[in-house]
This record gives sequence, structure tokens and C-alpha cells, in this order.
Amino acid sequence: MSKKMHIKLNVNGKDEEFLAEPRELLIYTLRERLNITGPHIGCDTSHCGACTVTINGKSVKSCTMFAAQADGAEITTIEGIGGADELHPLQTAFKEHHGLQCGFCTPGMITRATKLLEENPDPTEEEIRFGMAGNICRCTGYQNIVKSIRAAAAEMNAAKEAAE
Amino acid sequence: MIPAVFEYYRPKDMAGVLSLLEEHGDDARVMAGGHSLIPLMKLRMADVPHLIDLQDVGGLSGIDIGSDSIRIGAMVTQSDIIDHAGLASAAPILREAALQIADPQVRYMGTVGGNVANGDPGNDMPGLMQCLNATFAVIGPDGERDIPAREFYEAAYMTAREDEEVLTAVTIPLPRGGYAYEKQKRKIGDYATAAAAVQIVRDGDTCASASIAMTNLSDTPIYSEEAGTALVGTSVDDAALKAAATAMLGDIDPTEDNRGPVAFKNHVAGVILRRAIERAWSRA
Repeated sequence: MSKKMHIKLNVNGKDEEFLAEPRELLIYTLRERLNITGPHIGCDTSHCGACTVTINGKSVKSCTMFAAQADGAEITTIEGIGGADELHPLQTAFKEHHGLQCGFCTPGMITRATKLLEENPDPTEEEIRFGMAGNICRCTGYQNIVKSIRAAAAEMNAAKEAAE
Repeated sequence: MIPAVFEYYRPKDMAGVLSLLEEHGDDARVMAGGHSLIPLMKLRMADVPHLIDLQDVGGLSGIDIGSDSIRIGAMVTQSDIIDHAGLASAAPILREAALQIADPQVRYMGTVGGNVANGDPGNDMPGLMQCLNATFAVIGPDGERDIPAREFYEAAYMTAREDEEVLTAVTIPLPRGGYAYEKQKRKIGDYATAAAAVQIVRDGDTCASASIAMTNLSDTPIYSEEAGTALVGTSVDDAALKAAATAMLGDIDPTEDNRGPVAFKNHVAGVILRRAIERAWSRA
């Protein structure tokens, strides 16, 4: 066993400190150490994106990063994006437009989509499909995910205009 | 999925990296974005007892566009390449290629240096860098040296970089003329069945110079000097396109895998090269 490392993270606004082996993948830190079980594991070759979280402003597959690498980072998971009482517009849109079925890819999808809309607030269908290409879904055929993201973008843009 | 144990280091400067490499020899490896190395560690195909994370080493993240060359630090990510406005006009082929590599999440992490140093013939940037006649800067215990991209690749995962050296930057002569990076793949995020990097300079109706390199059609990227030569002095008509494809096919050596048998790969290589030349010529 290698020497354990002292690691500090800020996850969904909360500071976390723990000792971990360097080989601990961030997805296991989140799920097993911190009980943040929204991010999922769908593969072991970095393809599916079910483990996607936002780390220091970037969409990252947390299965392909060691907790040691993330030391000092700010992380947002699906649990930090909305709440039971106040859903994020993307969460509402996925619900209203049937953008999920089994729900296994949904946390990664929505987390990735928050970043996509931050970078491109009014994406075309093609830009959505390309911008979401790192996330695989077995249930929806993607059509309703595209609809959900378009609806959320419209909602967020309207809210922004109203606020200005 | 579960990597073997290792010791982790995050040195603050290159001197720290080099002393770790010297101390641990073959047992140590540097990591940039981690998106080739960590997947291999998870499959236990890479044995890395000492992992040196480069993320805190300064001076590796710059993109500097000079009057005759562009210097890209090894830790510049694919998304940095895509988002850099100056680079999009100075060397648009880089952005075109980067958008065909992996997917958004991987592009936030994966670096130019990692892509070119990895040595996997599936990587797209090695062929691109050969097309652009780039130079790779490496630093080791005996100091710095430059290695031309066209001399860097020896075999699959075998390069001219020594184990105790670190690739620090890629320098590209400012590209001229039309460009194209054309890639045939089975799906998003797949390595190429065949890909071609083309840069063409036009003088009136005639091709003045052309540079052509191919991806994933041998155990290294292939710079095909003869394919470029076949276009020079022509109007890039059908005969010239066929001559370029024939020359290119003489230089590549594809192997059969789940992307297809050798005959298919040769066929696709010809189709992809033709498309790349035609697009580059239309932009020249």
C-alpha cells in the first residue's frame, strides 16, 4: 500500500478533508467516501460520461481523475445543481420533455448540459448533439434529451432577459 | 477499473520533475491530462509505481503566436486550442483537428503534449504535426533539445524521447495556404480508421507546395513526402489526386483490426486523402 495523502476538496459548496491512497479515482471518492451517489459508473474506458462532474469550471469524467489530482478543486455534482424544492431549469426540462427513462445517465447528462449552456447559451440542435457527445444514453435515443436542453436554454434565456 | 498502487507527486517546477525521473528511472512516468495514461492504468496495462503530475509545473500552458512560428506549451488542452481566437486564424487546421479528437470532457483535460508524446498511432496530432513540420522541445538531465516531428516516431509507443526526458512544447512554422484535417471514424471519440492532414500553397491555378501526413495507417504517423510532391506544379486535377493517393498508399502499412481489413483501410485512406486535398485546395 502506498502512503495515504491528505486531500481537500470543495464539493457542492461544502469543504471535505480526508486521507486517501493516490490511486483512489474521484468517482469513488464521491460515491463511496462522500456518499454523493448521483454520478454513476457506466464503463471502464472513459467513454460513457455517466460520472461527469464540474471541476474548476470544466466538465470532467470523474472516473478518469484521481482524487489526488483534484486536491484543492471545487466540484459540482448533480446534487449541487438544484434541490427538491427548487429544480434547475435543466432538471425541470428533462422532467417535462421526458429526457430520461432509467435515469442512470441523467446526472452526468444534466451536469454536462449546465456547462454546455454556460459556454453556448443558445445552441442549435447540432451544437447540442456535438456538445453532449461525451455522454451515452441507452434509453432515450437522445431526441428528448436534445428537446430538454433546448427548452431549458429558452427558459434560462427568457429569465435572463426578464431580469435585465 | 482499479489501478495498481503508486506514489503520487505534484512538483512545482521542471527541476522537481527531472529529479524524480532521475531517481526512479523506468518506474516513474509523467502525467499531463491523464486521459490515455489513467485508462491504461485502470486496465493494468501500464505499470506506473511513481506518477508525476505536471499540473503545477509552470510555463507549460502558453500559446505564443510569433511572426513566423507558433509555440504551444505541452499542457495546452484540446479545448484551449479550440477556444483560442488567434490560433483559429493563424493555424486553423489545429482547431479543425482538435474538434475531431475525443469528446468535450476529454478535450478539457487532454493536452497537446500528451497527444504527441503518447506514441499511440491512433492519436491525431502526431500526423498533423508532421504535416506542419513541427518541432518538439524536450528537456532532460543533459538540458534541452529539439526533435523534428517527422523524426520523432519510431514504432507504436516508441519515440525519440528518452525515458528521463519531458516534452515541454511544440513549435510550428506559421502554416500557409489551404488546410484540411479529414478523419474517417466509426463514431464520436473513436480513433481514425483513416485520417489525413493536408496543407497546400497555391500560386494562381497551380499547386506551389503541399504537405501530407496520414493517421493510424501504420504503427507510426506517416509523413508522405511523395504524395505532396505529386501535387506540386499541377492544377490539383483528377490525375494529380490519383498520383498523390498512389504515392501515399506506397508509404502506409495498415494492419487489420476491428476497424476493418487492410484492403478496406487502403481504400478508405485514398478516399479520405482525396477529400482532404480537395477541401484544402478549395481554401488555398
